[in-house]
Amino acid sequence: MTTITTTAAPGGMRRRAASFLHRHAGVRLSLLLSAPLAWLGLAYLGALAALFVTAFWSADVFTGDVVKVFTWANFTDLVTGEVYRTITLRSLGVAAAVTLIDLVVAFPMAFAMAKLASPRAQRWLVIAVLTPLWASYLVKAYAWRVMLSADGLLGWGYGLTATVVTLSYLWLPYMILPIYAGLERLPNSLLDAAADLGARPWRTFRTVVWPLTFPAVVAGSIFTFSLSLGDYITVKIVGGKTQLIGNVVYDNIGAANNLPFAAAVATVPVVIMLIYLAAVRRTGALENL
Amino acid sequence: MNLSRTSKILLRAALVAGLAVIYVPLAVVLLNSFNSDRTFAWPPAGFTLHWWSAAWDSSGLRDALWTSIRAGLGATAIALVLGTMAAFAVQRYRFFGREAVSLVIVLPIALPGIVTGIALSNTFHTVLGVPLGLLTVIVGHATFCVVTVYNNVLARLRRMGLNLEEASADLGADTFTTFRLVTFPMMRSALLAGGLLAFALSFDEIIVTTFTAGAGVRTLPIWIFENLFRPNQAPVVNVVAAALILVSVIPIYIAQRLSGGDPHTH
Repeated sequence: MTTITTTAAPGGMRRRAASFLHRHAGVRLSLLLSAPLAWLGLAYLGALAALFVTAFWSADVFTGDVVKVFTWANFTDLVTGEVYRTITLRSLGVAAAVTLIDLVVAFPMAFAMAKLASPRAQRWLVIAVLTPLWASYLVKAYAWRVMLSADGLLGWGYGLTATVVTLSYLWLPYMILPIYAGLERLPNSLLDAAADLGARPWRTFRTVVWPLTFPAVVAGSIFTFSLSLGDYITVKIVGGKTQLIGNVVYDNIGAANNLPFAAAVATVPVVIMLIYLAAVRRTGALENL
Repeated sequence: MNLSRTSKILLRAALVAGLAVIYVPLAVVLLNSFNSDRTFAWPPAGFTLHWWSAAWDSSGLRDALWTSIRAGLGATAIALVLGTMAAFAVQRYRFFGREAVSLVIVLPIALPGIVTGIALSNTFHTVLGVPLGLLTVIVGHATFCVVTVYNNVLARLRRMGLNLEEASADLGADTFTTFRLVTFPMMRSALLAGGLLAFALSFDEIIVTTFTAGAGVRTLPIWIFENLFRPNQAPVVNVVAAALILVSVIPIYIAQRLSGGDPHTH
């Protein structure tokens, strides 16, 4: 090593740098981490922290300027306001309903893909499920707006039901793929063993398939739940007058011009997601993402 | 397994029905782009190519498309650099806070978009005093795009192992030469896959964009959303939607080519 560093040929700088890096793993690591951590660790987390601090400030009623004085007012409004409680519960209900619908639709599909289709067909089925993920989110929500409109193909009209249906449609692939991966890892021999020991299909499902694929199901539910909880665009497109948490945040930034209150409302989905993640951490679902 | 014939048929039927539900709405959009009736009443009244040519001539649409492409390329470039650096650090080294690095990379996509959106716009606005524009959109998009490159490169590094790089060093190549001739060529398809995902993510994003774009910056999703509720523009919006569905086949094709026999690396 040292003999290389002493050769002062043309390009010696580069060589010296290379061998210096080769010998100092710590320097290499710091250089590699510098930019990503400055961006995401410092700037992004800093932005989140600043937003959280803003939630404890208030906005001037007339000018909309942020008044930098500590207050709990936003959070008391949030907790005591009947409207916000209703909207929070409604958003939770929508997220739960979407997750449940997606689970019920996705599980049989994933099972047929993983256990009934030939390997060749499996490959194509995965592509078929993945493909709509590449199509624009907005386009898919729009497609449902067209189908649900009064003289459209379905003609159900807009509202809460339309929102749940559209969100379920949008996030369905996010539920199918983890469950499919989980079922694929489940050895067929286990299913055969259960059958040989006399278990009927339902019992096999309940005692073998479900417990072993549960982490995958939870992994899928993290996507469907979180994506539904923060959504306000789909609600605007097919929800009619329905309001979810996201709409309250959006309206307080735009029309009401009350950033501190919007920041306080935005903490609600974050706290809910953190509780959800903490609750499912022990199932091992996070390794299935 | 001892599934009865009936349950097998039912499961297969569920799969077919599910796929039908996934594709029918997309098909409706495609069909409607040729529908001569501007309210899209079902069934279509007649065939026309008029909306396609109207969309082609719309300058607002063309500007929005160009803005989206620039934002996507900018965000992808940043995500490629940051994601690769972070993946190398996490995969090749053991250090305190390693788990935290992975978490902070996933966080922008795990949190609701609206939270990331207002956190960034608040920082640009009140903390930094930067005027909102295309640059702030790129910064916002890059923040949540890093994770796609990171995941792809991480998976590739895990599979690659260290043998070839060590062999290269033993044969006398220095750190940079090894990277250029050994490491980078082996990572190329992972970078392409990650970059493709990052671009697609950025191209489709609307929530973070809404909060980080200034008044003058209009990406394609923002243009679509603005025109969605204007009855006059509905047919043109529909053509854009149809075109986006058709164009989405390209990345799928590339992704499939890249992943070769393994459909799980996405």
